[in-house]
Amino acid sequence: MANNKTVYPYIPNSEPNIKAQMLKEVNANSVNELYSDIPAQLRFKGQLNLPAPFTSEYALRRHVEKILEKNKTTKQYLNFLGAGCYQHHVPAVCDEINSRGEFLTAYAGEPYDDHGRFQSLFEYTSMMAELLEMDVVNVPTYDGFQAAATALRMACRITNRNKVMLPETIGRDLLSKIRDFLKFDIEIIMVKHNPLTGGIDLHHLKELITSEIAAVFFENPSYLGFLELKGTEITEMAHSHGAICIVNVDPISLGVLEPPIQYGADIVVGDIQPLGMHMLYGGGQAGFIASRDEEKYVMQYPSRLFGIVPTRVKGEYGFGDVAYDRTSFAKREEGNEWVGTASALWGITAGVYLALMGPQGMKEIGEGILYRSQYAKQEMSKLENVNDGVFQAPQFKEFIVNFDKTGRTVAEINQALLGKGIFGGKDLSREFPWLGESALYCFTEVHTKEDIDLLVSAMREVLA
Amino acid sequence: MKQIGLVVNPIAGLGGRVGLKGSDGAHIQQRAFELGAIPHATDRAVEALKYLLSMKNDLDILTYPGSMGEIAAKQAGFSPFVMGQSIYEHTTAEDTKRAVNELMNKDLSLLMFAGGDGTARDIYSAGGSEIPTVGVPAGVKIHSAVYAIHPRAAGELALAYLHGETVLNNTEVMDIDEEEFRQGRVSAKLYGFLKVPYLQRFVQGAKSASPKSLSSTLEGIAKDLFERMCPDTMYIIGPGSSTQLITEHMGMKKNLLGVDAYLNGRMIASDTNESTLIELLTNYPAAEIIVTPIGGQGCIFGRGNQQISPAVIRAVGKTRIYIISTPEKLQAFKGRPLWVDTGDYALDKALCGYYPIITGYKEYVMYKVTS
Amino acid sequence: MNNITAERFTDGKPNLRRFHQACWDEPIIFELGQPGQRAILVPEVEEGIKSQVRDPFKGIPDSLLRKDPPELPEMSQPAVLRHYVHLSQETLGVDCNIDVGQGTCTMKYSPKINDQLARMDELTELHPLQDESTVQGILEVFWRFEQILKEISGLDRFTLQPGAGSAAIYTNASIIRAYHASRGEIDKRDEIITTIFSHPSDAACAKVAGFKVITIYPDEDGYPDLEALKAALSERTAGLLITNPEDTGIYNPKIAEFTRLVHAAGGLCSYDQANANGILGITRAREAGFDLCHFNLHKTFSTPHGCGGPAVGATGVTKELIPFLPVPLVDFDGSNYFLNYDLPNSIGKIRPFYGVAPAVLKAYAWVMALGAAGLREVAEIAVLNNNYLLHKILSIRGASAPYAEGKHRIEQVRYSWEKLYEETGVHSDELGIRAADFGVHYWTSHHPYVVPEPCTLEPTESYSKEELDEYAAIIENVANEAYANPDLVKNAPYNSTVHTINHHPLDDPQEWCITWRAYKRKTQQVTV
Repeated sequence: MANNKTVYPYIPNSEPNIKAQMLKEVNANSVNELYSDIPAQLRFKGQLNLPAPFTSEYALRRHVEKILEKNKTTKQYLNFLGAGCYQHHVPAVCDEINSRGEFLTAYAGEPYDDHGRFQSLFEYTSMMAELLEMDVVNVPTYDGFQAAATALRMACRITNRNKVMLPETIGRDLLSKIRDFLKFDIEIIMVKHNPLTGGIDLHHLKELITSEIAAVFFENPSYLGFLELKGTEITEMAHSHGAICIVNVDPISLGVLEPPIQYGADIVVGDIQPLGMHMLYGGGQAGFIASRDEEKYVMQYPSRLFGIVPTRVKGEYGFGDVAYDRTSFAKREEGNEWVGTASALWGITAGVYLALMGPQGMKEIGEGILYRSQYAKQEMSKLENVNDGVFQAPQFKEFIVNFDKTGRTVAEINQALLGKGIFGGKDLSREFPWLGESALYCFTEVHTKEDIDLLVSAMREVLA
Repeated sequence: MKQIGLVVNPIAGLGGRVGLKGSDGAHIQQRAFELGAIPHATDRAVEALKYLLSMKNDLDILTYPGSMGEIAAKQAGFSPFVMGQSIYEHTTAEDTKRAVNELMNKDLSLLMFAGGDGTARDIYSAGGSEIPTVGVPAGVKIHSAVYAIHPRAAGELALAYLHGETVLNNTEVMDIDEEEFRQGRVSAKLYGFLKVPYLQRFVQGAKSASPKSLSSTLEGIAKDLFERMCPDTMYIIGPGSSTQLITEHMGMKKNLLGVDAYLNGRMIASDTNESTLIELLTNYPAAEIIVTPIGGQGCIFGRGNQQISPAVIRAVGKTRIYIISTPEKLQAFKGRPLWVDTGDYALDKALCGYYPIITGYKEYVMYKVTS
Repeated sequence: MNNITAERFTDGKPNLRRFHQACWDEPIIFELGQPGQRAILVPEVEEGIKSQVRDPFKGIPDSLLRKDPPELPEMSQPAVLRHYVHLSQETLGVDCNIDVGQGTCTMKYSPKINDQLARMDELTELHPLQDESTVQGILEVFWRFEQILKEISGLDRFTLQPGAGSAAIYTNASIIRAYHASRGEIDKRDEIITTIFSHPSDAACAKVAGFKVITIYPDEDGYPDLEALKAALSERTAGLLITNPEDTGIYNPKIAEFTRLVHAAGGLCSYDQANANGILGITRAREAGFDLCHFNLHKTFSTPHGCGGPAVGATGVTKELIPFLPVPLVDFDGSNYFLNYDLPNSIGKIRPFYGVAPAVLKAYAWVMALGAAGLREVAEIAVLNNNYLLHKILSIRGASAPYAEGKHRIEQVRYSWEKLYEETGVHSDELGIRAADFGVHYWTSHHPYVVPEPCTLEPTESYSKEELDEYAAIIENVANEAYANPDLVKNAPYNSTVHTINHHPLDDPQEWCITWRAYKRKTQQVTV
């Protein structure tokens, strides 16, 4: 290739004199010689056919801004979408900390040069532990889906069984992920829901459960928004058959809702996106897995677990990996599943969030969300032909709104709402055909009374 | 307060420096001195012992006079308890054995010894397999896996063991038969096992060993083998601590040192020999052989499992030979091939090739075996 | 006054820095704050809502309401900020150190302009379920970046969904499985072949995907043993998962023979391109015969590592395998971008939604600043820097670079300090920890240590000659210390944030403390 005389800001040694000097020191006439191991027939001929670059930072900025400005954001539109990614307020300090260069660009240093990284992740897991009242929490995995899928596999490893039970109300995307992750050696059994409350149908559970079941999994709140009221009964039934109980929670609800360990859960999982992460078009997800501090559980985690330990200086503390041997870093395919880069920065951010909120803040935000979703429900119930009570169970921040009686589809309604500057709730009609024309609406602390009133009146207009 | 025993074989390593092989046998020793050999087992022992200085105040070293350990301990900076009286200038295997025998009666946490293959054998035959041992390599032809790779490594291992950071492994004690070696025929016997601490860092660099990982690996290998086992097929399983543990995981008893045969989940021949195996093979022609590399050098056939003779191997067939190994053991060979030395040159050549070594449940390493 | 600059040199060579890492002796956050303090207040509920709803907990059974408040810290806002700024200062990222020591991680510069662009509201405030007409911008970025990856690899379609390298490898293994299942061969084909110098996830993910794993060791020259591969191939072969160049930095010139043989046996070939930095524009997955590949955007494509994520493992496939890709794909119909779920044989979802959008944006912007010529320069300088550093490290007493002696390496080298260990008793990881006293770090190797006393260095294209010189000088200094004063090295670090940690509790179930509450319980701490 022709000598590239361009000097690149990101590539210090692209300056031709420096390059020449270095080539001399390695006894090569050109960089091409350094590729001598690559056979000629595998060498790419010519240059890659890529778009012309924007070499100045200014031009690059203009180019990217131009593309991104085609997007309409939830600042411009009123957003009532949830379904796994939530619009909550992101405290300024959260953004400040996760944009600091050290945290942003660190990776896998030792517990000496990266002591800060270890401590901030240890503090994150510790704060989650308080929220969940469980002594073991992992360094984050990719997202809540992975947390659920891994927890199911962990339960199979712990009990040495290969069947798991899931409620039929879980989201189809989560089900798809679990199917892909478990399909090779684990059988999935779906449990029917109670048509009144939405929760697990205890009769059906009783019918299906055997001593071959490794895990019973449920969500609280459910993907469909309702709270599971029979948690104690479900965990009891699971335990009486030697099965492990896994509960998926929304961590931002735990300032007001009881952590599942209190009604018998063995493993708790979820996604920490609501704790200080912007929505990022679905890029702010991170998963947690929590359990009791029992060796048989700890040894089945695939993720990193950080422990606090003394150093050789009295009064000084450091951190390290707990039971590193159980991971694939130590044991390749003999480790549990695998471990790799996942979502650590979001873990640090969630720690900052929880530290900012404190117990009082978590209580207030949970309470505030309940107020708003209740209010929204009450206001919606005033709309003709709109059914806001598909399930007779309390909700946290989301609930189903059914439009069957209006004769309109959710797609049409959402299109109309869009024209009024509103993102309507997620269309559930294809995911859950038995729910008819239903949408999942989400209300959080970002919604004012005015916002909710606006939604309801827009809906009234659209349905008229 | 911990007590450790120290036995140095001051002659070990003598022959190598002057071009003689090994130093057992009085006439070899004499020849070596004539050629100006200086014993260096003591120096090696000192290198290892220095690692224990950090525990000096909590450690009592029990050792033997002069070059059998006293000099080494003192040079390293310890004040050892010296047992017995000063003896001859040239020690013999009997002296080593007597020393070890006496030490066995003491309440030792650990026995450290410096020497060569001969010394390891002496330790074993004096009952040394009862307590943990760390071998400081000083001899010429270190074939025993009971020796650390380097005197420093021996020191680190001893320290780590005393800090409770290691697990104990039954490790093979071999010896090259000296006379046969000098006559050009090489054949090694599997003599026994010593309990040697295992520290992962020398193999994997991790901070400390976990007992669970080793046993879960062996469980995995056992599970893999178990799933392949067929009814009415005879399984000939060779000696070794791995094969013993794996066979036990599958619910059957196994002799550490011998070759055993199994059928339909039960042992049908215990610590058997070649002729019994040949007889069994006529009754059960459908048979498979399960072996593991023996000793530190990676031999599959011919070191310690000669009962699985060329005739037996021929009857079973190359495709029905399974090799098992933990990944750690395999990785210690650093990519050097495993090898066979059945005594039958043509068979050795035929056995060369690549074998999928079972290293875990559904985990294999395609490894080279040469002759 | 003395000449400041002159004083930085001794005999013409620059002095080592008198470095000390920030050390705040920072308490654990639970030890900070006072009861009642607040760091942020939440939006108040309007009177109108309160008076109408009255009891927000109505209908929720008591058993579901939280009894005891969580024992989270109670602090003021500046106190939280200060605490985390302290911790940030106690962390060494690419932004502050010559991070060439993290071989295989490709610790290159993450341009700040890209981070800023990713903080635009037009990305952060997008909900993934918004109507597609409102997210044409971000969909365009996904689509455009996919076209770039197609050209770089020569493959036909990419998904940006997997959440980092290992997730991508798993996705590839899952696709391989789906392919063989679709041909009714999955019961027959249950073996995946990989090499010991590929990332551990190549083996681990294959296993989770239900395969048996056969690992191949290198031959004497350090290349994956071709004969071993031949012995491993059979009608049970589902595929090959391999890195090239491997983690040793050695390019396997017979790679096309490897893929040809696997194809002949009926298997698929998946290219773990975590080590792509030295070969952008030089050689491609397609021509080497691969059916699948993946790239780590946080490695080759500069997106920041974030202490361990979030990240993207972009997965690419040839035409035949497109039907199995995870859904949705991002497609363009000539006027609009849209999410395409119409893949009936898809393996399904790997994660919620579509991928870590900010990482995709940053990677896209990075490529768009460089272009084809720039990417070529990235690769060439990464390789030049690596060989330059190789030259310097090999002149250090006790160091060696096993395999491929006298040959060039691609973008990284796995060195061995075996000779130094034999001569001094100092281990490789101890050397690396002493290096922290000079403001740098290095990483040994993945396990198991096939190369004894390993050390893997990857300069990338981001560091200047002076920085590489400084790094080599630090390593040389530490190696010399090992010879002169091994105990000094063994008891390091001295200038880092903390001193040698005691590892014992980490493996003992009675002693390990994975969270603060576990620590309090096990040490029976009394709150003051």
